[in-house]
Amino acid sequence: MMHAPIPEMPAAHAHVDDAFVELQKVTHSYGRGEKQVHALDATDLRIEKGDFIALVGPSGCGKSTILKLVTGLISASSGAVLVAGREVGAEPVRVGMAFQNPTLLPWLTLRDNVMLPLKIVPPFRQEYRAKRKGEFRDRIDALLAQVGLSGFADKYPWQLSGGMLQRASLCRALVHEPQLLMLDEPFGALDQFTREELWAIMQDLWITRRPTVLLVTHDLKEAAYLANRICVMQARPGRIIEESVVAFARPRTIAMSYDPDFVTLTQRLRELIMNARPGKTADKSGKESVQ
Amino acid sequence: MTPQLRRRFYSAALIIGFFVFWELVCIAFGIKDIVLPRPSEILATLWQRLPAIWPHALQTLYSTLVGFALGILLGVFLGALIGSSKLAYDVAYPLLIGFSSIPKVAVVPIFVLWFGAGTIPAVLTAMILCVFPIVVNIATGLATTEPELEDVMRALKATRFEILTNVGLPRTMPYFFASLKVAVTQAFVGTVIAETVASNRGIGNLMMIASSSFDVPLVFAGLLVLGVLGVALYIIFSFIEVRVTGWALRKDEFAMG
Repeated sequence: MMHAPIPEMPAAHAHVDDAFVELQKVTHSYGRGEKQVHALDATDLRIEKGDFIALVGPSGCGKSTILKLVTGLISASSGAVLVAGREVGAEPVRVGMAFQNPTLLPWLTLRDNVMLPLKIVPPFRQEYRAKRKGEFRDRIDALLAQVGLSGFADKYPWQLSGGMLQRASLCRALVHEPQLLMLDEPFGALDQFTREELWAIMQDLWITRRPTVLLVTHDLKEAAYLANRICVMQARPGRIIEESVVAFARPRTIAMSYDPDFVTLTQRLRELIMNARPGKTADKSGKESVQ
Repeated sequence: MTPQLRRRFYSAALIIGFFVFWELVCIAFGIKDIVLPRPSEILATLWQRLPAIWPHALQTLYSTLVGFALGILLGVFLGALIGSSKLAYDVAYPLLIGFSSIPKVAVVPIFVLWFGAGTIPAVLTAMILCVFPIVVNIATGLATTEPELEDVMRALKATRFEILTNVGLPRTMPYFFASLKVAVTQAFVGTVIAETVASNRGIGNLMMIASSSFDVPLVFAGLLVLGVLGVALYIIFSFIEVRVTGWALRKDEFAMG
């Protein structure tokens, strides 16, 4: 089964002014004095609206730092982070985030966990009391069904497996229809089959809802399967050394990952990252600076 | 017999066995009731003089519960304040340890000096004794909230107050209830101490008067009343704890709703 690589959305890339997320010469350092770690070095990054970007690179290259900067969880040491044309934090953009750990609240059922953004984020929060037991509930149950969790809405997190929790975590990241979706290795702790299943679900969700996605991952196959564009990063100091456009047609399938073009792409990314590791041969030196 | 039922059976057997052993030792060695009355004598005294003991028991329960309620209010407030930031936690902790290591008996005379003998010193002593476990537990629970859980909220642009009510406080509930079980028994200790020193009512006062007139069975009857009240309140709070914080214990009773 061969899939010819089809260039995707060339028009979108032509509109340079249409950047939804923009990093301008952003640096970030952790700590002070001698212990200071230079996590990110003068990085520029532009993401168009509705695009799907993957950040790959060795441990400690500042992938998660970029994510946290764009979400406003940390602020840049210098440079500007713009979302929808405004300084991050000031913009009225809905953000969804999923982490490597499901980070569900253990005292809430799956449904109430997924409900959480609707309780916090405008415009949903104004209608939360009125629609909590009606429209919102139905919407969440439909979303849970879409990721294969129908019938589990009333379960508590400790009653479910890691894969199920991660699906619920994705639902929570998506329920408030975020314009910006941040995924920090969300499939990292899952087994191969669950992971591939969730890739397909993630792709479906992206195609139907079209949020702007920034995915941090260690898995090159995952990056090539999901993303429109892959940014390869280098560690110490972290910066983007290469960007490659992934031009495979959508919806992509797992079978596609055995396509020679796909293999060539992941192989090339692999080599880039091998060379970008700090100290190259020092295998265990790379301790992620952000977890 | 399920393991749980067996455990309860053995617990009950141990309690009954303890009293039977006591009774037998008293009979076997001919111990006078002025030294150590037999459990049967204590029960008989309790039954006969219940009309006289009852108002004192109610007084003690009242002082304890009011002091406990005030202790919860103050404890939650101070705990939330101290646990709200790492800095506040580190700064306030030494002072807190200093206060909590003062023997609380020593403050009763001060309360008497300020408010006179009676109910108020008892209530305040109960409050002082139960407030520290609550403060420490609430502060610890809040201060140890996983940063990832807060990140989830911050990514949604939640305010500090929303983070506190949606993540901080629910997460602290198991700590809170664990402290309540300790605090409620501590509140009893506080009330009885104050009643012993400066009051004309309450079980503490009753025992004080009974012991000065060598009415030893009555002293022990008072002790029994205190024991029963303490255990009853402990059970009530354990029950609420399972209902509210079953998620932390992963109890299926909780999951059923």
